[in-house]
Amino acid sequence: MDKIIVENLNLYYGDFQALKNININIPKNRITAFIGPSGCGKSTFLKTLNRMNDLISDCRIEGKVLVDKENIYDNSNININNLRKRIGMVFQKPNPFPMSIYDNIAFGPRTHGIKSKIKLDEIVEKSLKNAAIFSEVKDRLKKNALELSGGQQQRICIARALAVEPEVLLLDEPTSALDPISTIKIEELVEDLKDVYTIVMVTHNMQQATRISDKTAFFLSGELVEFDDTHIIFSNPKDKRTEDYITGRFG
Amino acid sequence: MKRQSLDKFMEIIFFISACVSIISVILICYFMFANGIPGIKKIGVLNFLFGLDWSPSNIPPSFGIFPMIVGSIYITFGAIIIGVPIGILTAMYLAKFCSPRLYKYLKPAVNLMAGIPSIIYGFFGLVVLVPLIRNIFGGTGSSILTASILLGIMILPTIIGLSESAIRAVPNSYYEGAIALGATHEYSIVFAMLPAAKSGILSSIVLGIGRAIGETMAVIMVAGNQARMPNGILKGVRTLTANIVIEMGYAADLHREALIGTGVVLFVFILIINGLFSMLKRKVF
Repeated sequence: MDKIIVENLNLYYGDFQALKNININIPKNRITAFIGPSGCGKSTFLKTLNRMNDLISDCRIEGKVLVDKENIYDNSNININNLRKRIGMVFQKPNPFPMSIYDNIAFGPRTHGIKSKIKLDEIVEKSLKNAAIFSEVKDRLKKNALELSGGQQQRICIARALAVEPEVLLLDEPTSALDPISTIKIEELVEDLKDVYTIVMVTHNMQQATRISDKTAFFLSGELVEFDDTHIIFSNPKDKRTEDYITGRFG
Repeated sequence: MKRQSLDKFMEIIFFISACVSIISVILICYFMFANGIPGIKKIGVLNFLFGLDWSPSNIPPSFGIFPMIVGSIYITFGAIIIGVPIGILTAMYLAKFCSPRLYKYLKPAVNLMAGIPSIIYGFFGLVVLVPLIRNIFGGTGSSILTASILLGIMILPTIIGLSESAIRAVPNSYYEGAIALGATHEYSIVFAMLPAAKSGILSSIVLGIGRAIGETMAVIMVAGNQARMPNGILKGVRTLTANIVIEMGYAADLHREALIGTGVVLFVFILIINGLFSMLKRKVF
């Protein structure tokens, strides 16, 4: 089943067309990876899925992004804050808020009106457990999240995203700023999460895509060149450009 | 070789420049205490600090500055209550809500506020605020309330300027992180960005307090200047600074020393405020 269906999506920054007629069906409860050289539009495309590109002035979008068959660019019946609650996002650089670990995780639920201490405690513990970091931080929930290591901070950010109970998790190169051991931890975590969430991740690292993703999309200068099962993309790509990229001939 | 001696020379120049400010502070400290302490001793520390009666021309004279200490604290506190919320909200507006077109006019207006001499604020208080308070609440109009409002306005540019740059210095990633959780623009700014700017905003409040407690001319023009314990915010009051300026011109002997002692007390206040806030700042981060 497809969670997200994108139809004829074009995106412009002023006069520059950054995405060209993208069509893609992202399956539910799977990990979909976006690969491609820097500046190919993969991160830009990821941001169209929860409308983070709204923050960029002079960014213009045509086409449809259907989440559960609802067009998220149809402003008449979509609440954008609610949309971002449903479609969580984790950024390239870990960005925990400069407050305690507890307050970081509770931030989202509080935003959406949960005030009960008991309920918040429950959510915080559950989210940290789901993000596989609870055992490391359970004795210092009141400590500032910025005192943690980069890998721990990134898992805090994942826990923070999980705390609002999203349906989809968008990961924008979540391990590019981390060391190999933290990277493996995040990868294992993401694989566990796909049972519950639909996961879309941008990655620079092709090994990472082969290790954990079910589907892979290859982007090149704003176009979606090829989209298929990960093992097909990496063993038997149909497009010459995909083959050149994965064999390291450019990019 | 030549290059090296030039470097050495410049280093000495920098060192001397740095010394000028440090030596000034040390000299000010030394002379304040050296000139003020003997007078305070003669009067008696407790009589001086907690005496309720300031009657320098009585026989025998009485030098109790407690009413002035209280006056300074009341007015500064009032200015903080009025100035801090308005200042921080304005800073947030300028940094995160205001359209660039409006900003072009608002920012210079705030900067202009900082450049207006305090005597002009005093005139404004005298011709606008004093009659206003008199009409609304009765009495003379020169009161703690009037002075607090005026000082609240005067510390705005200090608080707005520093708080705005503190808010602007917060990385945008905090904002994006909050927005990505489904928070609104306003919620993200107040609950994700503002806490990150806490330290800068606190410093702006310290400077605001410093400015308020040290302000003299404007306060003299609107505060009434009665050297007695105030019993209500609509009563007149005299601050430590006002006490010095009003009487220094004709004071002699012990009276003069008592006024320098008043300056010492003011100085100690400033030291305490600075110490308190550096402690606070360390605790926050």
